[in-house]
Amino acid sequence: MLLQESPQGQHRVSPAPAGESKDGNLFVKLLHHTRDSHELELPGATIDLPYILIDKGQLHIFKNGELLEEAGYTTQANKIVRAQDGIPATLDLSITKHVVFLWVAALLVILLAVTAARKNMKRLVPKGFGNLVEVFVVFIRDEIVLPNMGKGGIYYLPYLLTTFFFILVMNLLGMVPYAATSTANVNVTGGLAVIAFLMIQYSSIRAQGLRHYLAHLTGGVHWLLWPILVPIEILGLFTKPFALMIRLFANMTGGHIVIVSLIGLIFIFKSYVIAPVPIAFVLGINMLELFVAFLQAYIFTMLTSLFMGLGMQTEERHGH
Amino acid sequence: MEAQGLGYLAAGIGAALTVIGAGLGIGKLAAAAMEASGRQPEVAGQVRTSMLIAAALIEGATFFALAICIILATK
Repeated sequence: MLLQESPQGQHRVSPAPAGESKDGNLFVKLLHHTRDSHELELPGATIDLPYILIDKGQLHIFKNGELLEEAGYTTQANKIVRAQDGIPATLDLSITKHVVFLWVAALLVILLAVTAARKNMKRLVPKGFGNLVEVFVVFIRDEIVLPNMGKGGIYYLPYLLTTFFFILVMNLLGMVPYAATSTANVNVTGGLAVIAFLMIQYSSIRAQGLRHYLAHLTGGVHWLLWPILVPIEILGLFTKPFALMIRLFANMTGGHIVIVSLIGLIFIFKSYVIAPVPIAFVLGINMLELFVAFLQAYIFTMLTSLFMGLGMQTEERHGH
Repeated sequence: MEAQGLGYLAAGIGAALTVIGAGLGIGKLAAAAMEASGRQPEVAGQVRTSMLIAAALIEGATFFALAICIILATK
């Protein structure tokens, strides 16, 4: 199939070869927009991102896909495998599109925070950009941290603010043409969930002490039941961050898949006359996506602080 | 009935059932929230917060099922 780039970064597809399901192929090709890729698409140019592999203890860096193939690696089902024996490379540290936008989002968050802090330091009443950021910070502090975690929660406020703004900026970057949603990658949300998991355990241990934290794992039953209960409780520790990961990933991916599929309708009908109808739908879904970007950042932050607050309940509640 | 055709069929039916479940669940939740806000308008803010929390948790389960359907449809 011939693929050309158009200003929106969509691919124009010429008629499919006979015998192939047109819609199936088109959907899979359109899905590639939500997936990670080793190229950065910019208006008018495509930047090849380096493949960085650690294989058999050696570091390989390839500038683009052709050099990768020449050195004896192929891609199978999104993994880089050695062509000879089909074993995946030991560690794939390639800089992909989502990694690039992770860094862009991190830079933006740092810029945002530092700028707002500088502007707010100079005057008593914030104005302008500093005011805008302060609205979000005060919202998170007063609606999320203090109700869920009490006074001790202020200690964790920087972490929760970072989570909120980082996820928010990554989600919003996904709405920019030619940029990608890093949170639509399950590894990115997995990393966020791992950090949330560590912070939840850390906050519990710090507030209750290690003995009480372990005592909660046993749940106060007779010690003969511990071998059954403790593994289940430990498993239960993991389900909450896992749900956080899946929720953020699926929300972001799902939204983009809907947008991409609706635009694909134009190509399925193969006429520009009906184009306004899908475009109207896409406009509506884009508005929804903007709302979902904020909502999912808020939900992630709020659920993390909720779980941390649950773990920080001290003896006055339980009495054991 | 090829395997791939059945896979697509399963993905479609799965997605539909998932959305029915999510819609029913969040609909009941929203109805309760509306009623509570109507009875006592002062707590409408807290009710809205709790409603969003519960809706997000329900949607989390929904998207889990949807993710499986998408995997089914694209493999």
